[in-house]
Amino acid sequence: MKIHEYQAKQILRKYNLNVPNGIVIEKAEEADGAWDALGSAVVVVKAQIHAGGRGKGGGVKLAKSKAEAQEHANSILGMNLVTHQTGPEGKKVLKVLIEEGTDIAKEYYIGITLDRAQGKPVMMVSTEGGTEIETVAKNTPEKIIKETIEPTLGLQRWQAARLAYALGLSGDEVKQTIKMLTGLWQVYNAEDCSLIEINPLVKTASGEIKALDCKINFDDNAAYRHPDQAELRDLTEEDPLEVEASEHNLNYVRLDGNVGCMVNGAGLAMATMDIIKYAGAEPANFLDVGGGANVETVTNGFKLLLSDPNVKGIFVNIFGGIVRCDRIANGIIEAAKLVDIHVPVVVRLEGTNAKEGRELLAQSGLTLTVAESFLDGAKKVAELANESKR
Amino acid sequence: MAVLITEKTRILVQGITGKEGSFHAAQMLEYNTKAPVVAGVTPGKGGSKSEHGLPVFNTVKEAAEQTGANASVIFVPPMFAADAIMEAAGAGIELIVAITEGIPVKDMQSIIHFVRKSGSVLVGPNCPGLISPGIGKMGIMPGFITSPGNIGVISRSGTLTYEAVGQLSAVGLGQSTAIGIGGDPIIGLPHLEAIKLLAEDPATDGIVMIGEIGGTAEETAAAWIKEHVKKPVVGFIAGVTAPPGKRMGHAGAIISGGSGTAQSKIEAMKAAGIHVAASPAEIGITMKRALG
Repeated sequence: MKIHEYQAKQILRKYNLNVPNGIVIEKAEEADGAWDALGSAVVVVKAQIHAGGRGKGGGVKLAKSKAEAQEHANSILGMNLVTHQTGPEGKKVLKVLIEEGTDIAKEYYIGITLDRAQGKPVMMVSTEGGTEIETVAKNTPEKIIKETIEPTLGLQRWQAARLAYALGLSGDEVKQTIKMLTGLWQVYNAEDCSLIEINPLVKTASGEIKALDCKINFDDNAAYRHPDQAELRDLTEEDPLEVEASEHNLNYVRLDGNVGCMVNGAGLAMATMDIIKYAGAEPANFLDVGGGANVETVTNGFKLLLSDPNVKGIFVNIFGGIVRCDRIANGIIEAAKLVDIHVPVVVRLEGTNAKEGRELLAQSGLTLTVAESFLDGAKKVAELANESKR
Repeated sequence: MAVLITEKTRILVQGITGKEGSFHAAQMLEYNTKAPVVAGVTPGKGGSKSEHGLPVFNTVKEAAEQTGANASVIFVPPMFAADAIMEAAGAGIELIVAITEGIPVKDMQSIIHFVRKSGSVLVGPNCPGLISPGIGKMGIMPGFITSPGNIGVISRSGTLTYEAVGQLSAVGLGQSTAIGIGGDPIIGLPHLEAIKLLAEDPATDGIVMIGEIGGTAEETAAAWIKEHVKKPVVGFIAGVTAPPGKRMGHAGAIISGGSGTAQSKIEAMKAAGIHVAASPAEIGITMKRALG
C-alpha cells in the first residue's frame, strides 16, 4: 500500500526524525492560516498524490508571501498533475502540503527495500539526491553505496556510520545522519514497510540533517498486524474499479486495452494478457478470480469488466485444477442472468471436467463463443473486439 | 527417478485439520502411490486422528520421530506459517513445501537464513507445490493432467504450471517432476536452485522454465544455464503487458525501479540459448521441437 508524503512524514515525526513543519490543506483559502501558523519567510506548496516527479510536473512551488502561497495552493489544488509515474492521464490533486522552506546546502538520497536475491533488506545512500535514483543506478552505479541489513539484528551503528561517511559528511552531521538512518530502519522494520525513500535528505545551510521528502510503501501481507495503517489508505488515489474489486476480494488491475479477461490464477492471468496482445488486441485488465471461483465471483467479475467502457470483448480463461470447469460454466450461465452482457464473450475451459463445462455452455442458449484452445480463444476474442472498433 | 519428491519421501501435513489441509491431504492420499502421507500436525490436537485416519501430533518433531516422516507440506494460515516452516526445519525435515499465500516479507526474511543453514530444502511459500507423476505430489496440483516422463517443469505460478504440464502431456511429453517454486519475493528454492536439481537429474531430458515479472531470479538462472546445462531448456515469461509499479496478483510480481521487466528476462533467456516460447500456448510444442 502506498501513502502520501505528509502521512509518511507524520510517521517519521513519531520516531523523532527531523522533518520540516508542515500543514495539509484541501481548500486554497486554508493557505492563509497555514502561512500564519508556520511563521516562515518562505514556504513550499506540494501536491499530495501517490506518484513521484511532482516537481517537474508543476506540482511543487515556492512561495515568498502569504498571497503567493494562496495563489499556488489555488492553482495546484484541483489540477490534473501529469508526471512520469502517473501515466498520460495524470492524477487530480485533492490535497496540498504547505511546508516551511529549507535553506538547502546539499541533497542526498536514502532508500531501504528488500534485496530479493539475498532475502535481506538493504539500505542505499547516494550523494546524488534530488534526482531520479533509477537514472543514477543506470548511469553512475558507483555513486550508490549499500549496506545489507541482517534482518534479525537490524541496522548496526557502524553501518549507519559507514554510510554517513560515504556521503562525505563529518562531525555533528555524521551524528545526525546516524540518528536518521537508524530511525528509518526502525520505521521500516516496525511498520512492515516494503519501501522507504528519502529523496532528498538535505544538509541545511546551518548544518542540520532533514528529510525533505518521504515515500513509504507498506507490505500488504502484514496489514493484519497494523490496523492503524488502514486509516492511511486514500481511496481517491486508486482506480474506482480496483477499489470495487478489492471489496469483492477480486485481484484486479485496470489497463487501457479493449479485451477484458477473467482468469483463475495470477500467472495464467498475466499470460492471458500477453496472449491477447500476441493475438493482435490489447488487454483491458488483469483479473484473477482465484482458485475458488463460483457464481458470485464470476458474476462480480463480469460486472467489473463490463463497467469499463473500453472493454469490447471478454475472454474467460479457466484451467481447472481443483476448481471444476462445470462449476465455472454454471457460474457463467447464472451470471449471464444477473448481468447484461453486451459485448462478445469467448470462453476457454481446460482441465477438470472441461468437457462437461463446454457442453453446459453449448446447451445454455447463451450467445458466447467456446474456444478450442488457449490460442484459439485469444485469436477469436481479439478479432471480435477489434471488429467492434471499426 | 525424479527430484525432491521420490520413492523415499514420507509426508506429513502441517495444518491437516484445517479446511485446505484436510482436503488436499485426501487428494494426496489418493494420488500418491510411492510417497505416502503418514501423519498430520495441528498444535492442540495431538493424539487424535485426522478425518483420513492419520495420526495427528502437536509438534513436527514428535510426528517425525514416531512416523519417520522426512517431508512436510504446510497449509498453515499466513500469520503462523513462517513459524511452521521454521519448526519443520528445526525438526530436521528434509523437504518443506509451503503452500500458504500472504506471509509478511518480514517473517520470511527472519527465518529464511535459518532454514537455508539447516540443510532443509524449502519450496515456496505461495506455491502450488510439486508433483512427480507416478510417485506422488505435495501440494495442490491436479494429478490427472500430468503423465510420467522425462521433462522437468519449474514455474512461479500455479495455473500457468498446469497450463505447461497440460500442453506437454498433449504433445506426448510426460514429466519427471513439476515444481511450483512460488510467487513471493522471498522463496526457499529460487529458479536457479530448481534448475540445478533438474539439470543433474538423469531422468530429466528437458526443462521448462516459466518465469514472470519482478526480481532478477530468471536472469541469474539463465546465466547459469548458459554455462552448465546441455539439456534443452524452454522458457516463457509472463507479464510482457504488465504495467510498472503494479502488483500483478503475486506479491513478487511487480516491476519496480525499472528492474524485473519481462523484456530483460526474455533477453537473458535468449542470450543463454533457451528456447523462448512465442506465446503461453506454445510451451509444449516448443519443447517438442527443441527435443528434435
